Amino acid sequence: MATEPQLAVTSRGDALELRPDGFWIAANVTVLEALADAAAPQVERAKSLKMDMSGLSELDTLGAWLLEKLSRQIAGHPAEIVGVSENYAGLIEEVRHVNRHNLPPPKARNPVIAKVEEVGRAAWNSREDVAVFLQMLGSLCVALLGIIRKPRSLRLTSLVYQLYRVGWQAIPIILLITFLIGAIIAQQGFFHFRKFGADSYVVDMVGILVLRELGVLIVAIMVAGRSGSAYTAELGSMKMREEIDALSTMGLDPVVVLILPRVLALVLALPILTFIGSMAALYGGGLVAWFYGGMGPSIFIARLHDAVSVTHFQVGMIKAPFMALVIGIVACSEGLRVKGSAESLGKQTTTSVVKSIFLVIVLDGLFAVFFASIGM
Amino acid sequence: MDTSVGKFAIRVNDLVVGFGHRVILDHLSLDVRRGEILGLVGASGGGKSVLMRTIIGLIPRRSGGIEVMGARIGSPHDVGTQRAAGKWGILFQQGALFSSLTARQNIQFPLRENLVLSSALLDEIATAKLEMVGLTPEDGDKFPSELSGGMTKRVALARALALDPAIVFLDEPTSGLDPIAAGDFDALIKTLQKTLGLTVFMVTHDLASLNTVCDRVAALADGNIVAIGPMRELLQSDHPWVRAYFHGKRSLMLQPKAS
Repeated sequence: MATEPQLAVTSRGDALELRPDGFWIAANVTVLEALADAAAPQVERAKSLKMDMSGLSELDTLGAWLLEKLSRQIAGHPAEIVGVSENYAGLIEEVRHVNRHNLPPPKARNPVIAKVEEVGRAAWNSREDVAVFLQMLGSLCVALLGIIRKPRSLRLTSLVYQLYRVGWQAIPIILLITFLIGAIIAQQGFFHFRKFGADSYVVDMVGILVLRELGVLIVAIMVAGRSGSAYTAELGSMKMREEIDALSTMGLDPVVVLILPRVLALVLALPILTFIGSMAALYGGGLVAWFYGGMGPSIFIARLHDAVSVTHFQVGMIKAPFMALVIGIVACSEGLRVKGSAESLGKQTTTSVVKSIFLVIVLDGLFAVFFASIGM
Repeated sequence: MDTSVGKFAIRVNDLVVGFGHRVILDHLSLDVRRGEILGLVGASGGGKSVLMRTIIGLIPRRSGGIEVMGARIGSPHDVGTQRAAGKWGILFQQGALFSSLTARQNIQFPLRENLVLSSALLDEIATAKLEMVGLTPEDGDKFPSELSGGMTKRVALARALALDPAIVFLDEPTSGLDPIAAGDFDALIKTLQKTLGLTVFMVTHDLASLNTVCDRVAALADGNIVAIGPMRELLQSDHPWVRAYFHGKRSLMLQPKAS
């Protein structure tokens, strides 16, 4: 739409005259920048500069700034500006004041050193993660003590609602996943054990593996991804909209009102889900044994009875509430660390899931060492 | 440019907007002259923001025509609307700054999306805009969550002005600001309007800004413009709602100046 802008440069000895012409507006910026860059060296060499603005058809901030930048190139004498139309006098005057004190350019740094520093800082900052975790654990304990002293202060409605969400609503997906895992383990067991005639030991493997390790681990990971991320996102967006601050100013403790019911619900729900999940996995394993391994249900159950003791079941169930506690604490404390932006909400939710899955696995390892040493 | 475009920046003609059974704007007509600051007042929930959002194409209308700088407005994806969109800047009530970008990146965003220019020039223009709205270049590196209410409005104004639009829509620009900051913001709008030759369409409840910066004031009541004109004419209007608005207890401060 706009005709091509021009910049006529005429030099008489050391005196330079610039005549911008046409539409010096943002829409033509690519042409304008090239024009200004082309004229810049001549302006730098000139002793005095005159700018005749009478040819301008239209001017906006961007065009005015480009001309102003050109006129600043010349040292010593300030540029003489003539022919300014009344409409643009204010704009040209305004632009003279901007960009006078520039920010110091960011320092260029050695990328290797920057990387090393980043790693070092991240390691050092992990102290803070430990502190945040312990602080949350502590305030949960305090809140729990308060509830033991005054049971009526427990948010029962909230607790039941959270139980419904993280427990009841999670059952279908937990059933499906653990059933499949149990079936897959049994199938792999039959496939490989059959080669050396150890078919019947598949039942031992499935039983011990599911009850001791996999049942609780799979369920904990599912819950961390499903409910932990929801906790972080909920608390994070409440933090963003200052709802948590509003709660505190009303004299209510966010830990009691929001966090304790959530963590408590997880601690109650996870053992139940683990039990359901383990049963589904054994069921899946049993079905595979029947249809793929040719081992009837009665034989499967009899073998399972011999192979698995209550201890194995106990080991799995004891771990469940501790894993729930870790997931709940990580999810809630990451939620409270959300800052104002939408990006930080996403980042904190990711961190929450990654961290709680990592900690669940570490915890499982520690329990393995512990149970081995006490002979369970 | 032909004269009708030259004289009016926005023409709203016989506009009807409603949701379900409720009619919000009922055969409303309004002309905004080029280069003026028009203040729009109306009851809360009376359709001021609806009118503004309809003009910029965010809310569909039932009938009527809207022209902005000579371009007909349809839905946001309409060709005419997109052509007009290059000519307007919008300051939303809460600023609507992109929270994951710094103030400077927020201002650069419309420039970066619409134009091809070097990053050095992009930085210079952003800094220039920041200074024009009364902020320092250092403020440009802050994130929206680190800005105060007044600064958020200023950055949002700078973003609205990034492409040097002919029209700016301001939705309650001084709400939530203290009187001093609100006064400064009014002065800023007035200055920028003069310097850049802007047409300003301002939805506001701030009687002081209506009195000091607006060239004309339009009163929206019962889905229609019931009075329009300079402030002193509106003070003499005998429409009951307009009387209640300007002659209520809170408006008494305007009286000595008006008489």
